[in-house]
Amino acid sequence: MKPVYIHSAVCISAQPTFESENTIPEFHELTGKKIEAIHPNFKNYISPIALRRMATGVKMGVAAASKALKNAGIEQPDAILTGTGMGCIEDTEKFLNAMIDNEEEFLTPTSFIQSTHNTVGAQIALGLKCKAYNNTFVHGALSFESALLDAQLLLQEDEAKHVLVGGVDEMGTEFVNLVRMMEDKSSDGIKVPFGEGAAFFILSSEVTKDNIQLLDIACFSTLSKDAVNDNLHNFLKNNGLGVSDIDVVMVGNNGDSFDPYYDKATSMFSKTTSFLKYKNLCGEFYTASAFGLFLAYEILKSQHIPMVLHQNQSEKPIDTIVLYNQFKGRDHSFILLKRC
Amino acid sequence: MTNTGQNNARYQGVAITGMGIISAIGNTLGENKSALLSSKSGIGNLKHIKSKFVPLIKVGEIDFTNEELISLLQLPKNNNFTRTALLGFVAAKEAILNAQISNNDECRTGFVSATSVGGMDMTERYFKSFRTNPETQKYIASHHAGDSTQKIADALGITDFVTTISTACSSAANAIMLGARLIKSGKLDRVIVGGTDALSKFTINGFKTLMILSDEPCAPFNAHRKGLNLGEAAAYLVLESDEMVDRGPKKILARLSGYGNANDAFHQTASSKTGEGAYLAMQKSLKLANLDPSQIDYINAHGTATANNDLSESIAIKRVFGDKVPDFSSTKSFTGHTLAAAGAIEAVFSVLAIQEQSIFPNLNFKSKIPETGLVPVTTLTPKNIDHVLSNSFGFGGNCSTLIFSKG
Repeated sequence: MKPVYIHSAVCISAQPTFESENTIPEFHELTGKKIEAIHPNFKNYISPIALRRMATGVKMGVAAASKALKNAGIEQPDAILTGTGMGCIEDTEKFLNAMIDNEEEFLTPTSFIQSTHNTVGAQIALGLKCKAYNNTFVHGALSFESALLDAQLLLQEDEAKHVLVGGVDEMGTEFVNLVRMMEDKSSDGIKVPFGEGAAFFILSSEVTKDNIQLLDIACFSTLSKDAVNDNLHNFLKNNGLGVSDIDVVMVGNNGDSFDPYYDKATSMFSKTTSFLKYKNLCGEFYTASAFGLFLAYEILKSQHIPMVLHQNQSEKPIDTIVLYNQFKGRDHSFILLKRC
Repeated sequence: MTNTGQNNARYQGVAITGMGIISAIGNTLGENKSALLSSKSGIGNLKHIKSKFVPLIKVGEIDFTNEELISLLQLPKNNNFTRTALLGFVAAKEAILNAQISNNDECRTGFVSATSVGGMDMTERYFKSFRTNPETQKYIASHHAGDSTQKIADALGITDFVTTISTACSSAANAIMLGARLIKSGKLDRVIVGGTDALSKFTINGFKTLMILSDEPCAPFNAHRKGLNLGEAAAYLVLESDEMVDRGPKKILARLSGYGNANDAFHQTASSKTGEGAYLAMQKSLKLANLDPSQIDYINAHGTATANNDLSESIAIKRVFGDKVPDFSSTKSFTGHTLAAAGAIEAVFSVLAIQEQSIFPNLNFKSKIPETGLVPVTTLTPKNIDHVLSNSFGFGGNCSTLIFSKG
């Protein structure tokens, strides 16, 4: 089985993550109900003609993918894998509203065409003229993780050498407000703002000088709170690690009544382990965990934990990070990174 | 899901041990088989959705109303199953039963489902009343594409790796492919794979704007084809590792011996003139199955009956098979184009073709496309069938091919 290395990571988020090169930018904690990502100057990455038709998610995805390829020095990946929870919700809402408001009259195909979930992956392929394996995962909070798992499978089984994989979700205008409304109905709801973003990575079976390895990923559709620790233990054990080997645990707390899952998981680690929450920095959305992976990669690379995340300052090197995410008590994922 | 175990490569490909299906030609596997064997199409007028296009289109609609499906599945009144989830549950349940699985806990079991429409059938009904009508709000959470998959997985007791794929009309083929790869790598022992898509006003209107809907029953590969008929359906297959089969004993219905995924990288909705993506997908699948093109006995074509697809697919088929194009047909003339589910529907039909040693007809064909001159099989034709190649191509240039072989 071939190893899996991360060659590049590029992220568009509510933080200035996209423009920063080789340093983690100053982060600020987000407040409010929903926060858009900082949209870069897309013209630098996408032709004006293509740009005109693209909704936010497609723009973010194509730009992040393009920069991830460039940073890794890859022109043609052997596979393009995309995860998106809500898909192209902007164009979906646009077509849906036009259809309802005009009672099925005067519709044009553009927003329908762009509303299909695989638009981002398709537009990346089209831009690169890349005929390789192409897949899109749309499974709520496991959308990005599923793409990552497919990437791992391709590389481990030597079906591909360099894989482009990413997570992307755009905010949209109406559905997000409906979900916000439902969450705000009770005190158990999600507290962090809703967000959006795109994070793309080049994964490869070839080693680089940074030598950051994606050791493993595991997904569980359902897990009881009591079963989380056993499964996390097994996950680490399968990779030859114990809890004391983990330097940083990154968790997807969003302030809702399912955060105790994270409390349970972090309770098994020792005092020397740092615990970092990241959704107060990027907002909650189905592919927010791709922001988490981006951040974990940057921390390993720079050996620096951003000030806003600090809980307990430690001078020891950061070699191993595990990420744990879940959504509403289901769709659990563990991702394990190691600096070798 | 853990990463242990090695695949035993004694047999070629991955074993298929169960199937379930609901489509316009039947609510069960048996009903679908009977309709195929008696050339009985399911194409007709749209009944369950109010649309101004009713007189202008034909569709492959499933007879059951949502209420009937809910009662068939014995779901509680306050459920928030979308039609996509209801259809998927019916088919997945049958697949499990067909594979004689009593317990999904006995091995590492996954579920990979495909959908393009997701919960849109309910969203389009209630989008304007969600804010004010509390009774409709349960469908806000069921809009996203993963919802139907989660519901079916929960109902079947599958807790391990569960995911949803959406690559337009090639979605289910990609779900089947991923399931096979998860088994071959030793990550899972058993994966239920397939797809589900309900008809919705959203997709009807979308395809209408593209002007590719026929007002007559579709005629795949016919020179004067007028476009496609949308359909709704769900189908699932049970894939199992050879260790599981041995532990059985299990009946192997067929084996998934090859698969290929490529991108046309030509246009967001149209296929290239050379059928490049389709050509590459077929080539990859043949290579993986270690088969010569001459060993393919039957092609279950994508054959949507649009001007663009059927020409492009014909060209791609000729590029792969040269002068010796195998017998082929498009069963979309029975079911309509069931979008994300199509790859799974046609996977079931491909396995049935092997079991019945018969090629199912391409209905409504009259004259060949002048540019390519290919003639599909138009009547039920008994034949020795060892290998079937099934194509699924989608928007976004997503092209996938599966090869099924005798068990």
